[in-house]
Order: sequence, then structure tokens, then C-alpha cells
Amino acid sequence: MIFEVFRQERKGQPFQHAGSVVAPDEQFAEIYAREQYGRRQESVALWLVARDDVTEIAEFPDEFDLKYRRVDGYSIKTRLREARERAGTVDMAPGASDAS
Amino acid sequence: MSDRTDLLLSLADDELVLGWRNSEWTGIAPFLEEDVAFSSIAQNEIGHARALYELAAAELGTTADELAFDRTPEEYRCAPLVELRRLEWARTIARHWLYETADEIRLGELKTSEDPEIAGIAAKMNREEAYHRMHAEMWVDRLLSTDDGRSRLKEAVDELWPYALGVLDDELRPELRRRAEERLERKLAEVDAVPRGVHESELAELLEEMTSVRRSAPPGSQW
Repeated sequence: MIFEVFRQERKGQPFQHAGSVVAPDEQFAEIYAREQYGRRQESVALWLVARDDVTEIAEFPDEFDLKYRRVDGYSIKTRLREARERAGTVDMAPGASDAS
Repeated sequence: MSDRTDLLLSLADDELVLGWRNSEWTGIAPFLEEDVAFSSIAQNEIGHARALYELAAAELGTTADELAFDRTPEEYRCAPLVELRRLEWARTIARHWLYETADEIRLGELKTSEDPEIAGIAAKMNREEAYHRMHAEMWVDRLLSTDDGRSRLKEAVDELWPYALGVLDDELRPELRRRAEERLERKLAEVDAVPRGVHESELAELLEEMTSVRRSAPPGSQW
């Protein structure tokens, strides 16, 4: 079995994909992941997921050149604030109290 | 040498020599994940040895490195079980499991020692050894689950059994027998233990190799 291993470097940080281990079962995978991704105190927690349990989405049809949806070079912050003010949702927006 | 130093050196030498033996699999273990895990376990054992040597060194007025590397083979206190060069996977696993089982019994005793330093280091070691035991037990489960594995484990355990008994003092040996027989669901031979203090020729060879880097540098070199 192949297990995908996700590693959390410090408490509160997101788990990030670290790699994978091949193991006959979950018990072995646990030991192998512990030694491979935790032996140098580089992780405070690991997630192990059997690769077969992962749902993968790998098809993104692009028949009409979806590039136009990208916002490269367009400052969205100011526009977004203005839109929130108009809609009266300024206080509801996450991080609205921040000076930025 | 006090009984306390003798005890510390016995433990330290066991951990150092087994750590070295297990590290002989680095790069050639049956598969990559096992290679990394087993090497990491070997390093843990050597870390335990260092902590134990430091305690002994404080008492003897020397250093952990001198205790680890500068003694003659006869001065080592390790049990012959850890000295054997058994570069064959079933025997490696059998030794690992027998040692961890014996070590758990020994550490259980030492954790209740009236000497706070000994009790403390035993408790600390035990927290890491728990994962070594998990690893060893998993392999035993695995080997016991097939006829081929079962017979290979049996052959290896039977060969190593007198050596395993020798890891422990007399009074703790019945407990090792009880645990091992219960786990393997069979009787083990009534044999004399191969005691500490009598060394296998493999130990001198191991020390020759282990100390070669240190001997190649001028005394007092800093690493």
C-alpha cells in the first residue's frame, strides 16, 4: 500500500504534503512515516492517508482559453473594499478591522 | 568500579553495540522504508548509549567518547546477544525483538530505582523504546502470519534464545521466558544463558571497525 504523508512543522501551521511511504499496512506505515518524517524533530504532527482513499481531480477542460479569469496585475483589494462598502458588508468581511 | 558504573556501562555497551550492528543494514535493508526506520532506531540506541556513558563518565572522571571508543574489547560489558554479526533479516528481527523484550523488563526495574539519575534515564529511554518495541512486534506479527515467516522466526529465535537470556540478570530471566513463550505460543528450550563478560570474537572485529576513524586522527581531535 502507498500512504501519502502530510507534515505539520509547527502547531497551528497547515499540514503540507511531505512525500509517501510504501508499507504492507497502516501499522507499518505509521512507524515508517514517524521515522522518515519525524526523526529529526522536523514535524509536530503527521497525517497519513492511504493513496486509494484520496479523491483526485485531474481534469480541467479549457476550450475557450480560461486565461481571462486570472487577475494578474489587477489590484483587487481597493475594488473589493469599495464593493463591500456599497453592499454594507464591510464589518462582516474577514479581517475587516485590520488597518490594511 | 562501583556496581552503579558497572550497570551503566552494561546498559551503554548493549545499546552502542546493538546500535552499531543494526546500522549495518543502512543502505541494504529489504526495502527503503525499512532501511530508514531501522537506521533511525539504530541511531536512537546510540543516543541512549551516549547518555548512559555520560553518567558513567561523570563518576569515573572521563568522557563518553573515551568510554565508547578507547577501551579494550575485554573491558566492554555488553551481552553477547548484541555482538553477534547476523546480517540476515529474520535473525536481525528476532534479535531486535528479543532484545527489546528483555530491555523492557530491565527498564521496568530500573525505573523504580532509588537512584534518581538511573530512574530518570530509564524512564526517558523507555519512552523511545516504546516505538522500537512497536516496530519489533509488528515484524513478529508479520512473520507469524505465514508458514515461511513462522519457521524462519522460529529458527532464529531458537538460535538466539540462550543469548537473549544473557541480557538479563538471573532473577529477571523467568519473566523474559514467560513473555517470549506467551508471544510465540510455544515453549522455549531450557538452556543456560550465555552470560555477560564472555565475548564473541565478532566484538573485537566490530570495535576495530567502529574505532577506526577515531584512531586515524591525533588524540584529542575535535569532531
